[in-house]
Amino acid sequence: MKTITLAHGNGGQENNELISKIFYKAFENEILAKSEDAAIIQDGTLAFSTDSFTVSPIEFPGADIGKLAVCGTCNDLAMMGAKPKYLTCSVIIEEGFEVETLKRIVASMKKELEVNGAIVVSGDTKVVPRGSVDKIFINTTGIGQIQQKGISSNNIQEEDMILVSNSIGKHGATIFASREGIDFSTSLKSDCASLWPVVKKLIDSGIKIRALRDATRGGVSAVLNEWAKQSNICIEIEEEKIPVCDEVNGICELLGFEALSLANEGTFVMAISKDEVQKALKVLKEIDTSKEAQIIGKASTLHREKVVLNTAWGTQRFIDLPTGELLPRIC
Amino acid sequence: MEQLKLKDLYDGFRNPQTIKALKRLLDKEAKKLNTKINIMEVCGGHTHTIMKYGINQLLPENIEFIHGPGCPVCVMPKERIDHAYLLSLQENVILVTLGDMIKVPGSRGSLQDARSKGADVRFVYSPLDTIKIANENKDKKIIFFAIGFETTTPMTAALLEHVIKNKIDNIYFHINHITVPEPMRVLLDNQDCKIDAFIGPSHVSVITGSKIYEEFVTEYNKPVVVAGFEPVDVMQSILSLVKQFNENKCELEIEYSRAVSYDGNLAAQKLNDKYFIKAEHFRWRGLGDIPNSALKLKDEYAFLDAELIYKDILPNEEIDDHKLCICGDIMRGVAKPNDCKVFGKACKPSSPLGSCMVSSEGACSAYYKYGNLL
Ligand code: SF4
Ligand code: SF4
Repeated sequence: MKTITLAHGNGGQENNELISKIFYKAFENEILAKSEDAAIIQDGTLAFSTDSFTVSPIEFPGADIGKLAVCGTCNDLAMMGAKPKYLTCSVIIEEGFEVETLKRIVASMKKELEVNGAIVVSGDTKVVPRGSVDKIFINTTGIGQIQQKGISSNNIQEEDMILVSNSIGKHGATIFASREGIDFSTSLKSDCASLWPVVKKLIDSGIKIRALRDATRGGVSAVLNEWAKQSNICIEIEEEKIPVCDEVNGICELLGFEALSLANEGTFVMAISKDEVQKALKVLKEIDTSKEAQIIGKASTLHREKVVLNTAWGTQRFIDLPTGELLPRIC
Repeated sequence: MEQLKLKDLYDGFRNPQTIKALKRLLDKEAKKLNTKINIMEVCGGHTHTIMKYGINQLLPENIEFIHGPGCPVCVMPKERIDHAYLLSLQENVILVTLGDMIKVPGSRGSLQDARSKGADVRFVYSPLDTIKIANENKDKKIIFFAIGFETTTPMTAALLEHVIKNKIDNIYFHINHITVPEPMRVLLDNQDCKIDAFIGPSHVSVITGSKIYEEFVTEYNKPVVVAGFEPVDVMQSILSLVKQFNENKCELEIEYSRAVSYDGNLAAQKLNDKYFIKAEHFRWRGLGDIPNSALKLKDEYAFLDAELIYKDILPNEEIDDHKLCICGDIMRGVAKPNDCKVFGKACKPSSPLGSCMVSSEGACSAYYKYGNLL
C-alpha cells in the first residue's frame, strides 16, 4: 500500500487493511479494539459514534445526503441498543453550492432527527474553494443511551439464527442506477431509514439481541464475514431465503454485482438465539421499515471464520468480503 | 417509460427443480460414458457461473471442466496495460475504459494507481457513454481504451461511427479487440491438449453467430455447444455434450437459442468490418503471439488511433509476467488456479500478481472468491 486508492474506502478487504494497519495501530485501546458500530463508554451506559458522508448524487430516490447523515450515525448507535440523543453536525461545502439545495438537505436532517428523538447540539461549517470537495461533505457524531446491554458482534454462538430486516441492496443499487442513468427501475428507492424505532420495539418486547449491525458499505456479506471472524464461528446462509427485490436483482444481473455486497442504509442483520427468533420476526414484520424481514441462516461450526452460502440445488460456496471498487464487468 | 423486466431473462434458468432434474439426467448419461471427458468453457463468464453456482460440485466424476482463455482482461499483455497507464498520465488526457481494466497491474502499476497519482481515468458501462465525457470536456483529449472479444467490438464500432459522423474532434481510440477462434485453435494444436469438447460463450455468438465454431467440429472433431450463462444453461449444455459422446456424434449445437443464431447479428458484423481489419499479431498474455487474433483500425482512420498518435511514448517490447504466475498454464487448460504456489497467499485480489486474480472473469478470481468447498 503506497498510495490510497478508492478501493481503500470500499467497506471490504482493502478498507479493513487500511484501518487496522494505520489507525488501529496508532490509536490502540480497549474500546476501539472491540470494533463495534459504536464505542461503548461510561461503564456501558453510553454509545458514541461518528461518520462522514459523501455521496454522488447528493439527492437520489428515497433520500438525500442529509437524511443519510442523520440515519447513519443514529443507526450506528441503535445497533448497540442505544437510543440516539445528541448529535453534532459539521459540514464542508464547496464554493458555489446552491442555498436552496442546502435548505432541502437540512430540512431532511431535521425530519430524521425527530424520528430518532435526537437533537443537534453543536456544529461547524466550512466553505472551501471549488474542486476541493465534491459539493458537500457532512460529518455527524452522536451519543446515545444504552437500553439493552451486551449486544456485540463478538458473542454469536453456535445455532444462533441470522436475520435480515429488509430486502437487501436497495441503497447501493439506487445509487448506481442514478449515477449511471440506468432508468429501468422507476420504482427502486434507497432503503435509507432510521432504525431506532424498530430496535426500540424489539427491546420493549423483551427480546434479547445477540448481535446487530446495519449492513452499510460492504453490504450483508461484510457484516457476516466480520461476525464469523469476531465470534469464531461459521455462518451458513440459504440463498433461497435471502430477500432481494426484482429491481436489485436486475441491476446485479446487468452489472455483475452481488446483492449481498451492495450497500444498505436502513437494513440490519441480527443474530439471535433460536428460542427468540420467531418472536423477533413477528415484531419486525409489524413495522414498515422491516416488514420484509427473513431468517436467512444460522451460526454453525462447519468452517470457522467463514461465511458459507447454500444454494437451493445443494451446492455450497464461500461468501467473501467484497474487494476493490465495485466495478461493472466487461460483458 | 416501460419497465424492462430483466427478471424474465433469468428466472427460469435458476430454478432449483430444473437444476436437480438435470443433475439426475446427467448422472445417468455419464454412467454410459466409457472415458473421462474434459470440457473447456472458453469464456471466463462461464468459469464464474460454474464456481458461483457450484456447478462443479454437481458433476459426475468422469466429467471435468478446464478453464479457458476467454477473458479479455486476463489475456491482455502487460505492455498494453502500460500503454493505458502511460496514456492516462499524459497532460490533458482523460482515459476511458470498461470496468475491471482499472484494477489490472501493468509493469508500472494499474490504472487505479495512475488515478491516485492524478490521472483522470474513468470507466463506462457502454462505450457510447464516452460521448458525454467528451462533450463536457472539450479542452481535453479523450482516449477510449477499447477491450473485449467479439461481444464488445460492435459497441466500439458504434462509437467510431458516431465520432466520425458528428465530427467530434476530441475522442481517440486505443484498440485491443481480440477474437475467440484463433486462441482455441492454438490450444487444440498444442501437444498436451486435454480438451474433448467446448462450451462456447453465448455473448460472443449473439454477434458472430455459432458459425465461428464450425471448424472445431468438422476439422478438429471436438463437439461445441454455445451456452448461456445461467446454471440451467450450463447444466443443459454439459448434458448435450455427454449425449453426443454416448451417441458417437460430434456436432455444433446452440443451447442459447433465445438469442443466438448460426449467422449472428449481420448488421453488427458489417459495422465491425467497416472500421476494423485483422491485426497481423497480438501477443496474448500467457499464450504468446497469435497471428490474426486481434483487430486494429483501418488505415483511413489512423487520425483517430491513439496508438499511432502517441507512438513515441508507448513502449513496444514484451514484458514478462511475474515468474511465479502460472496464468498461462491455467488459460491453456493444463493447470487449475489452486495449482499456483502463490494462489491466495502472495496473490490475492487486493494484491494481485497476475490479472487472472483481478479480472472479474478470471479463473483465479473465481476460485478465490467462491472458494472450492469440495
Ligand atoms: S468477454 Fe465474452 S468471452 Fe470473454 S469472458 Fe466476457 S462473456 Fe466471456
Ligand atoms: S494465483 Fe495469481 S499468480 Fe497464480 S496464476 Fe493466478 S493470477 Fe497468476
